[in-house]
Amino acid sequence: MKVVVDMNKCQDHGQCVFAAPDVFRMDDDGRLAHVPDPDDALRDEVEEAADVCPLQAIRIED
Amino acid sequence: MSGRIVVAGASLGGLRAAEQLRAAGWTCGITVIGDEPHRPYNRPPLSKEVLAGKASFASLAFTPKPSAADVEWRLGTRVTTVRLAERTVELHDGAVLSYDGLVVATGMRPRRLRCPGPVEGRHTVRTIDDAQVLRDELTRPGVRVVVIGAGFIGCEVAATAVGLGAAEVTVVDPLPLPMVGPLGEMLARVLLTRHEERGVAFVLGQGVTAFEGDDRVTGVVLSDGSVLPADVVVESVGSVANTEWLDGNGLDLSDGVLTDQHLRVGGRPDVVAVGDVARFPNARYDGVPRRVEHWSVPTDSAKHAAKVLVGGEAGLAPFAPLPTFWSDQHDFRLQSFGAPALGLGDVRVLDGDIAGDVLVGYHRDGRLVGVVALGGPSVTRAAARFRAELLKQPALISQGALS
Repeated sequence: MKVVVDMNKCQDHGQCVFAAPDVFRMDDDGRLAHVPDPDDALRDEVEEAADVCPLQAIRIED
Repeated sequence: MSGRIVVAGASLGGLRAAEQLRAAGWTCGITVIGDEPHRPYNRPPLSKEVLAGKASFASLAFTPKPSAADVEWRLGTRVTTVRLAERTVELHDGAVLSYDGLVVATGMRPRRLRCPGPVEGRHTVRTIDDAQVLRDELTRPGVRVVVIGAGFIGCEVAATAVGLGAAEVTVVDPLPLPMVGPLGEMLARVLLTRHEERGVAFVLGQGVTAFEGDDRVTGVVLSDGSVLPADVVVESVGSVANTEWLDGNGLDLSDGVLTDQHLRVGGRPDVVAVGDVARFPNARYDGVPRRVEHWSVPTDSAKHAAKVLVGGEAGLAPFAPLPTFWSDQHDFRLQSFGAPALGLGDVRVLDGDIAGDVLVGYHRDGRLVGVVALGGPSVTRAAARFRAELLKQPALISQGALS
């Protein structure tokens, strides 16, 4: 699974971190960092993260 | 069930319902019906980025999941009548559809002030079309703006108008402080100051009795008889549930549509409600049914309601979402977890300083029920820690907090 975050849209709400903590995290400056190619077992979490992103900045590419 | 599920409402709740029906195993037809001509789009930017000219409509459109690719969209029409006993809906265009399951996702519309005076020049912000028309007005040189209602939308619009360079921006509200209902006095005072420092004027403790002007509004008459000159008026005075189409079925429609703890409507297995039109008891709190106008609710409720509609409630815990909301105003952000409004009587600073970035906690019977962060990453991170604590707490109901 390939996860793409549009960093021009991202406003660091961090909702994705709650939904999928294995894939998304906030760095020390409060900016989002993520694993671009997480294991497929994490698909449900990542879909949840994409759903709850207020800016809809997360895209899942198979 | 086999056949068709009708989803009435084609905004975020309708889209998520369609997607979650597929996720719950529904393989037959899904028809989503919405009165706007547009596919579902994201509304929070309407009072901010869209108004400010920083976001296009294309950037707001939701991308439906691949599983929902075969959903039938009927846009630019709406359900006018439903007969629950017969399982049929009638649309504004005259079509009659039968269904096996029905999702109520018709949401809210802005409440309008019923005051004498001209209508032209008065705006609301609910749809993309509203926002685009208002933007044209706010960008006229020297424009004087009066925002009626100091809630979230009103404060966001006022902040955006100042950012666009409006000559005067005044917010009017009968309450003594902005956003005091959801946030309580402590934070409301801070927000008032921060708005004033950034150029927003407030007239508080005053209602609106009339609008001045002939063809178009030129002023807003306040309850003390004084008049605020206005070229543009924005009404942000709450919302009304779109439930008229459900009339005649014996449902409780006194404020949205009443549901049970599994979001079912009228005790029926074949009708559920999602989003801000649903008045549901939250098992996490006191069990009192409430509508919740937060962006997270359509997604959370659609997930639960779709499972119930497709597979029944067996094995499902009652719907108990952790509420969350945010609001971006000027250069600051409010971020909330839990239910601050249930703990307005006991408000404490948990982190930071009221003069800068601050995290505030709301308590009921000594127990933390909600937090609001105002400011940057340091308090947002602190809020996230408290979110985890809020999630772990047992339901208030089971602790007898109703007494």
